[in-house]
Amino acid sequence: MKIPSNIVTLIAGITLTLISLWYGQNHGLMPIAASAEASEVDGLFNLMMTIATGLFLLVEGVIIYSVIKFRRKEGDTTDGPPIEGNVPLEIVWTAIPTVIVFILAIYSFEVYNTLGGLDPMASHDHLASHNHNYHEMVAMEEDNSHLIAMDGEKVALGLGQSPYLEESNPLNVNVNGIQYAWIFTYPDTGIVSGELHVPVDRPVQLNMSAGDVLHAFWLPEFRIKQDVIPGRDSQLTFTPTKVGQYPVICAELCGAYHGGMKTTLTVHSAEDYQQWLQDNTIAQTQSDANVALNQ
Amino acid sequence: MEQVHPQRKWQDYFSFSTDHKVIGVQYLVTAFFFYFVGGALAEAMRVELATPDPDFVQPEFYNQLMTMHGSIMLFLWILPAGAAFANYLIPLMIGAEDMAFPRLNAVAFWIIPPGGIFFLSSFFVGAPQAGWTSYPPLSLVSGQWGEEIWILSVLLLGTSSILGAINFVTTILRMRIPDMDIHSMPLFCWSMLATSALILLGTPVLAAALILLSFDLIAGTAFFNPAGGGDPIVYQHMFWFYSHPAVYIMVLPFFGVISEVLPVHARKPIFGYRAIAYSSLAISFLGLIVWAHHMFTSGTPGWLRMFFMATTMIIAVPTGIKVFSWCATLWGGKLNLNSALLFGIGFLSSFLIGGLSGVMVASVPFDIHVHDTYFVVAHFHYVLFGGAVFGLFAAVYHWFPKMSGKMVNETLGRIHFAMTFIGFNLTFLPMHPLGLQGMNRRVALYDPKFQALNELVSLGSYLLAVSTFPFIINIVWSVFKGKPAPRNPWRALTLEWQTASPPIIENFEEEPVLWAGPYDYGIDTESIDGDEEVDDMLAEVAGNT
Repeated sequence: MKIPSNIVTLIAGITLTLISLWYGQNHGLMPIAASAEASEVDGLFNLMMTIATGLFLLVEGVIIYSVIKFRRKEGDTTDGPPIEGNVPLEIVWTAIPTVIVFILAIYSFEVYNTLGGLDPMASHDHLASHNHNYHEMVAMEEDNSHLIAMDGEKVALGLGQSPYLEESNPLNVNVNGIQYAWIFTYPDTGIVSGELHVPVDRPVQLNMSAGDVLHAFWLPEFRIKQDVIPGRDSQLTFTPTKVGQYPVICAELCGAYHGGMKTTLTVHSAEDYQQWLQDNTIAQTQSDANVALNQ
Repeated sequence: MEQVHPQRKWQDYFSFSTDHKVIGVQYLVTAFFFYFVGGALAEAMRVELATPDPDFVQPEFYNQLMTMHGSIMLFLWILPAGAAFANYLIPLMIGAEDMAFPRLNAVAFWIIPPGGIFFLSSFFVGAPQAGWTSYPPLSLVSGQWGEEIWILSVLLLGTSSILGAINFVTTILRMRIPDMDIHSMPLFCWSMLATSALILLGTPVLAAALILLSFDLIAGTAFFNPAGGGDPIVYQHMFWFYSHPAVYIMVLPFFGVISEVLPVHARKPIFGYRAIAYSSLAISFLGLIVWAHHMFTSGTPGWLRMFFMATTMIIAVPTGIKVFSWCATLWGGKLNLNSALLFGIGFLSSFLIGGLSGVMVASVPFDIHVHDTYFVVAHFHYVLFGGAVFGLFAAVYHWFPKMSGKMVNETLGRIHFAMTFIGFNLTFLPMHPLGLQGMNRRVALYDPKFQALNELVSLGSYLLAVSTFPFIINIVWSVFKGKPAPRNPWRALTLEWQTASPPIIENFEEEPVLWAGPYDYGIDTESIDGDEEVDDMLAEVAGNT
C-alpha cells in the first residue's frame, strides 16, 4: 500500500510537535528553582526550548533527509531541477520567525517586569534615602540645576521590586565585592558576614557595590545576576521560597582567582534565621568588645 | 597548455607582492599558522580544566592563555582568513585583473605578520590576562606591558582590517566586468559588501576606546578608571559597538562561502538569490544596533535592556531566511558529498544550534541567568567554530584546486570532516548544560560537581586537535603530489573557474564572458544565448570533469 506523502508529512509534523512539547518541559537542564522568580524564568526557557527543539528537528531533519535521498548517483553528471525560489514559501519562513520573536520579546518583557527589572528606574519613596533624594531633586529642579540633581538621584542598576508584589518590608543586605570575596553587611543589626543568610519567604534586597574591579553577583538557583561596578550602585531583589544552601558565584572575570570567588547563600526557616541573628549579634558584640579592649 | 602562461614562483609568496592571489594565499597561510597557535593555547586550557583544581598551570597563566586564545582566534585567525578568501576571490569572481588598490592591499597584509609576532611576544613580559574584552578596571591593574602590547597589536590588526575593507568595497562596486550588474554578481561579493560596511563603521570606535584605555594604562588618565572618576561602562559600550559587529564581520564572509559551495555541489540554483543578498545587508545594519546585549547584567538600565533585546531578536529573521534558503538549495538536488559539501552541511547543522541559542540569550530574563557562563561559551563557539570555521574549511576544499592547481585527497578530507564534526560537538555541546547548571566562564578552578562533563569536553577538544593532522597531511601532500586540477573541476559557473588553475598573472587570457548567471545550474543556457563561442565554452567545461 502506498501512503500518500501529505499524510506522511502530517504524521511527521505531529510527531515533531509532540517531541518538542515533551522535551520543552522535560529537558532537566536547569538547577532547582529556589524562588518564585526563578520559576518564571524557567517557564520562559521551557517555551524557548520547545520552539528551538521543533526548529532543530525540522532543519536537521531536512538536512539528513537531503543527504540520504538526494545523493548524486555514481556517474550522473546532470543537474538538479532549476528551482530559483518560491515566493509564498519565502514569505512563510520570514513571517513565522517574525511572529515567534515577537511573542518571545513580549513574554520576555513580562517576565523581566515580574522580576522587577523595570523598577530601579522608577522613583520609589518607601525608603528613607529615596525620599531624601527625591526632595533634594525637587529642590534642585527649582534652581534649574539639572546636572547636580542628576548626580543626587543615581539610577540604581539591576532587579528591583516586582510590580506584582504589594509593598512589603524587604530584608536589606549590603553586598561588597572585592578580589576574591563577598562581604555581607546587615544594616539593621550590624552583622558582617562572609556568607549570606536570609529567612525563607521574605523579600531580600541586596544593595551592591564593588571595592576594586568589576564582579558579578550570581545565584544560579535563583536565576539572577547583576554586575557589581566600582563607583556605581546596583541592586538585586528576590524572595527565596525553599530552605537550603545555594552557591553564590562571581560571574565577571575579576583576576587570577576569579574561579575561587564564591560563597554560600543559606535560606533559613523563620525560627532558624532568628537563631542565626542572635548568635551572630552576640559574636559580633564580643569581637567588637575585644577590639575595644585591645585598643 | 596552461603552463605556457606566466606563473608565480614560490619566492613571490614571501615578497611584497601586489598580486591579489599571492596576497590571498599569504593571508590564508598566516591565518592557519595562528590557528594552530590559538588551538594549542586552547588545548592547554582544556588540560587544566580536565580537573577542578588549578594544577596544570598557575591561575595567572591560565588567564593569559584564555586572553591570548580568544584574541588570536578572532584577530589573527578568523578575520585574516575571511580577508584571505575575499582577496583571492573577489577580482576573479567579477572578472577583474586585480584589486582596486593593489599596493594598499599588500600593505594591509604585511601589517599582520609583524602585528601577530609582536602580540605573541607579550608572553615574554607577561601576556595580558583581562580577557579579549579587556574590561577596565581589571585590565588596568593586571600587568601593564602585556596589556599595552595587546592594545597596540589590536590597533595594528584593526588598521589592516580597515585597509582591506576599503579595497573590497571599491573593487566590488567599481571593477565588475560590464555585463555583470549588481544582481548577477556572486553572493560572496554581497556578503563582503556587508562585511566591509561593518568594518568601516565599527573598527574606528574600537580604536578610539583602545587609545583612551592606553592613556589610562600608561599616562594615568581616568577615562575608564573609576578610581579617578572614570566610567568603566563607557568602555564596554565602545568596545561592543565594534565587537558585536565583529561577530558578523567574522561570519558573514562564510555565509557568502556557503552560498557559493552549496549550489555547485548540489547542482541546483541558489534558492532565493535576492533574499540571501538583502538579508546580508539587513544583518549588517541590525548588527550595528544590538551591541548592548553583551551588557544585560552590566550598567545597562532596564528600558535599554528591553530595546536591545528587541533588536537582537529581530536578527533571527534575516538569519533564518538564509538557513532556510540553504536547506531549500540542497532539497531535490544531486548532492556530491565531497569534503567541500560535507563541511558546508556541517556548517548548516552546527550554525543552526548557535542561532537557536542566540535567540535564547537575546531574551533578557534568560540571559541574566546564563550571561558569563559556559552556555555563552558554547553559543559563540557554535557560531564562530560551527559557523565560521566549518565554512572556512568548506572554502579551502572548494577553492584549493583553483589556488594550487592540484586536487585534494577526498578520503583524507572526509576523515578530517568526520573527526572535526564529532570533536566539535563533543567539545561544545556539553558546555550548554554546564552553563545552565551554574559553571561560570573564565575560571581556572571550578566546583567538582562539574568534573564529569568537563572531562568529556576535554576529550572532545583532544579529538579536535588530532583532527587537524589529516588536514595538514592532505594539504601538504596535495600541493606536491596531488592530481593536477583542470580549470573547472566542479563544473561551476562563477567566473573564477573560467581561467587556468592556478590562474595566470592578471587572471584571464581575455575578458571573461558572462554566459550564465552565477547559479544557473540545470538551466538550459544554450537556448538563452545561441552564440557559438558559448557552445565552445560549455563543451570545454563539460570536458574537464
